[in-house]
Formats: sequence, C-alpha cells, structure tokens
Amino acid sequence: MRIEVKHLSYTYHSSAPFSAYALQDINLTIEEGEFFGIIGHTGSGKSTFVQHLNALIKLPTAEKKFKPKKVRKGQPAPVYPSIRIGTYDLGDKKTDFKELRSKVGIVFQYPEYQLFAETVALDVAFGLRNFSKTPLSQEETEEKVKEAIEAVGLDYHAVKDASPFDLSGGQKRRVAIAGVIVTKPEILILDEPAAGLDPLGKREIMELLHRLHASWCKTVIIVSHDMDEISENCTRAAVFSASRLKFCMPPSELFLHAEELETLGLDIPVTAKIQRELQKLGVEVHSDFTNEDFVRRVLERVGGTSC
Amino acid sequence: MLKDIAFGQYYPVSSFLHRADPRMKLLSLVAFIVAIFLASNFYGIGLCILGFALALAASRVPVRKVFRSVKGILFLLVFTAIIQLFFYKGETVLFSWWKIVVTKEALFYTLFLILRLVLLVTVASLLTFTTTPVSLTDGLESLLYPLKLIRFPVHELALIMSIALRFIPTLIEETERIMNAQKARGAEFERGSLFSRAKAVIPVLIPLLISAFRRAEELGDAMDARCYAGSKVRTKYKKISFGWRDLVIFLVMAGLIAGVVLVKQLPGMVF
Repeated sequence: MRIEVKHLSYTYHSSAPFSAYALQDINLTIEEGEFFGIIGHTGSGKSTFVQHLNALIKLPTAEKKFKPKKVRKGQPAPVYPSIRIGTYDLGDKKTDFKELRSKVGIVFQYPEYQLFAETVALDVAFGLRNFSKTPLSQEETEEKVKEAIEAVGLDYHAVKDASPFDLSGGQKRRVAIAGVIVTKPEILILDEPAAGLDPLGKREIMELLHRLHASWCKTVIIVSHDMDEISENCTRAAVFSASRLKFCMPPSELFLHAEELETLGLDIPVTAKIQRELQKLGVEVHSDFTNEDFVRRVLERVGGTSC
Repeated sequence: MLKDIAFGQYYPVSSFLHRADPRMKLLSLVAFIVAIFLASNFYGIGLCILGFALALAASRVPVRKVFRSVKGILFLLVFTAIIQLFFYKGETVLFSWWKIVVTKEALFYTLFLILRLVLLVTVASLLTFTTTPVSLTDGLESLLYPLKLIRFPVHELALIMSIALRFIPTLIEETERIMNAQKARGAEFERGSLFSRAKAVIPVLIPLLISAFRRAEELGDAMDARCYAGSKVRTKYKKISFGWRDLVIFLVMAGLIAGVVLVKQLPGMVF
C-alpha cells in the first residue's frame, strides 16, 4: 500500500491562546516496499506524524462533528489535509479505521511497557482477537500466534506459557513487536525500535526488521534520531525539524547536506564525518555512507584490501 | 482529553495572592468556608461574594479559568437546584401545575444554595491556582507541626502528598501513551456495552500499575542514592515567612467573618 500525505498540518490546543504547530504543511509519499526512515529531534513532530498514519490522531475532516466551511464566491476553497493509504482515505468519516489499524501496525517507543496479559501467547493474541471480524477458532489463533512469535526470533514452545513480565528486556520487546505483526500489517511503523538497547541488541533488532521486511510486512517505517541507524538501514529518509519536513531523499544523498543537517541540530553518521575530514585532506570518496560500502571505497582509494 | 482537567492547575503569574504565605492562604480558605456556612441570608452571601471578588482581583487569574472549575460540579448543582425548587416548603405560591408547586421561598433558597456551592468550589480552586503544590505541602507541613509532639509523621505525610501531586500529570501522560498503544492493537474504549468497556480498561490498567510501581522503585532508589533520611537533618530551600500581605489577608478575613455575623441581625429572609 502506498502512503500519500498532502498538506498535513496539526496544532496542539487549537482553541487555547498558546496553540503551537506540531506539523506544518507536510507533503510526503512513501511507496510500497520501502524501508523508510524518519529522523528528527524530540519535538520535531515525527511522532505526531506517525500517529496520523494509523488514525490515532484523526484528520479534521474525519471527525464526527466536522462540517465543511462555507466558501464565498471568489474565495479559494479551503485546503484540508489529506492522507491516503492504499485504498483507505483517512479524511473520510466512513473509512473503517479499525480495519486500517490492522493493516498499518505501530510499535511505540518502549513497547515492552504495553504488555499486560498472563501469558505471552495471550498477549500476542490480543490484537488478533480485536481485529478479527468473525471469532477465530482456537487452532487458528494458536497457529497465527506461533507464526508471529517465531517471526520475531523467539522459541514458541519455550515462551508461550511464560508470563511476559518474567522475560528479559530484549525478549519483552520482541514479544511486543509480535503482538503488532500478528495481524500481518502491510505497513509496519516503529517508533525508536532500538531505544535503550545495547549495540548488539540494536543490531539484532535491525536484523529482525530486515527479515520482517523481506517476508512479512511490505513497507517498514522506522522513526529514529540515530543517523547511523538510518544510513545503515533505510532506502529513503525524511528529516523533520521544527514541525516541518526539511528533506526527503535516500541517505546517500541526504548526508551530502551535512552542514545543513548540523545547523538543524542533527548528527551525521560517522562515515559522513570521516568523508568530510578526508575531503579536507584532498581525498574524495564517493559512497552511500553505509559502513561496509564506505570501508570498501576507502580501501579502494588507498589501494589496500578489505579484511 | 484527560489533560484538560482545569481544577487544581497552578496558574503561573506573580500576584498579591501568589506571593502570600501558603499557611495564611490555607487558613483563609478554612475561614472562608466557615464564613460561607455562617452566612444565613443574602447580605451574608453578598459579603462573601465581595470577599471572593477581592481575592480574585488580587490573584490575577482569569475569571473564566476560575469558573471553569464549576463544570466539575455542574451535575450536582443542577440536581440539588431541581430538588430544592420543588420540595422546599414555602408559603407564597408562584406557580403550580398538577402536583408541582414552586414557591417564592423555594426559589430564593435555591438561588442561595447555588451561590453557596459555586462560592465553595471557586474559592477552593483559587487556592490551587495561586499556590504551587510544593509550597502548599510546605505550608501544610508547617501548620501540622504541633502534631509532631504526639509523634505524628508530619514530614513524611507532606512528602507523600507532594510526590502524589507531582506524579499526577506523569501518570496521565503515561495513560494516554498506553491507550494509544492498545488502540493501535485494535482496542476500543468508546464503544460497546458498559461491561465490555470496563473490560477494555484492563489492558491499560495493568501496564499503568506496573509502571507506577517501577517509577516508585526508581524514585526510592534515587532518594536513597542521595542519602535522603527524612526530616531530622533537613533544612528548607525556600523558607516561608509571614509578611505584610498576610497581615492584610488576615484583617480582610477577620472583617469578613465579623461582617457575616453582624448582618445576621438584619431583617429579611433567613435560611
């Protein structure tokens, strides 16, 4: 499913005197099959944006009490924000938002804090039960839960009857992800999926996401503030700053704008930093800024061999 | 949303009332409530309204904000008003239809009651609008000091109060986050029968409780790590002291109570 966002703006406390923009005129298209990254500071609007994609924040035109403004002759018609995801129109009151939520899964920051059920299997089945239109049989549920738990790299028979609170932090996060992907969403959105994990845990989670991207969810969107994570993993990235969309391009092009990113207060990946230092010394290296490619290019340039 | 709870939110400006001693404000609130209940006729209530208007002017809190706290008791207000209007026994009949009789006395009494209730709520909210939770608990601790003689843990009580107040917004935020996460997993909170709605709360309540316990443990550890040891050796960062403002408040409050007692003698309707 393709995501098409047009003229998306959002204000906090729209009635209060100190209303503040969280999003201003965002236009963005995410194609099916992308591994998309969203970068930005805290407060840049990235989380607000992501919550729109799942209709947790509804567009004004989708609110029950919405009435279109009367347009006087000679005046331009007001432009309402619009979001289309596949065939779903998020600006339409009649859209089945529940069904949409089963197609667009969101894993929030620190998802392990949303676990609640007595056993892992029951917790993973929570979303499945909520979304299914007809009651699922015991076997069907069990099979789907097993598939999801195994997809996140856990041993089904070892964890299914365990309490989710007895698991380790990394395992809890995997269970929480399983609880979202169990409905086979076509689009999977993760808010800071690697937050609070050690480097090894981070790499494992990222590997898991690539596995899911290949086999389970067509589109994966990750929200992050870690440039290295974005440059290593994403096909395309959007940069949010002060409620606006500043850039939207593949990381290999994005980090050519290193200076601008730094003025926005964002870090650039280590590889981009080294490339800049080399450039100062007169050594030009063209790379897509992933570690592997960068090392190879540098070694090519200096005439060594990769080890 | 949950965040829009008006009652008890500190309104950050600098004013006469904001800078007054929290102990004086607490005592004045008690005195004000006594005055409201002492008032037995419209003269008395009028004096109370005058006193409230003075306090409101001295607080620089927008009038609309203060009256928004009445919303919370709107149902109670309407309910009592209707009951009193129809069941208060009076003599001069204004209006009667079938078994329903409205008398002049009932009408006035209802008005009196509404004024009394609205005054109670707005005066109380004025205290929390002008006093930060920290200075409120400081004031309370200082007022309860005599209880220490009977080994009542005053300091600990004040600490518990300030921690509880401090964590209300945090827990509200947490609740919203967890609700969003469960909504993304297909939970519905606004639809269905009362029973299914009550059941829908469980996936929010359990993570919320767990996180509250986690926060409590973390806070305890952090306090331990900074060698917090209760009241014996602690000094205060901000010392509260009685000043000229408090003297003014004291005199106004004394005047109000004396006035309310005096006007009881005036002729007119008595409730």
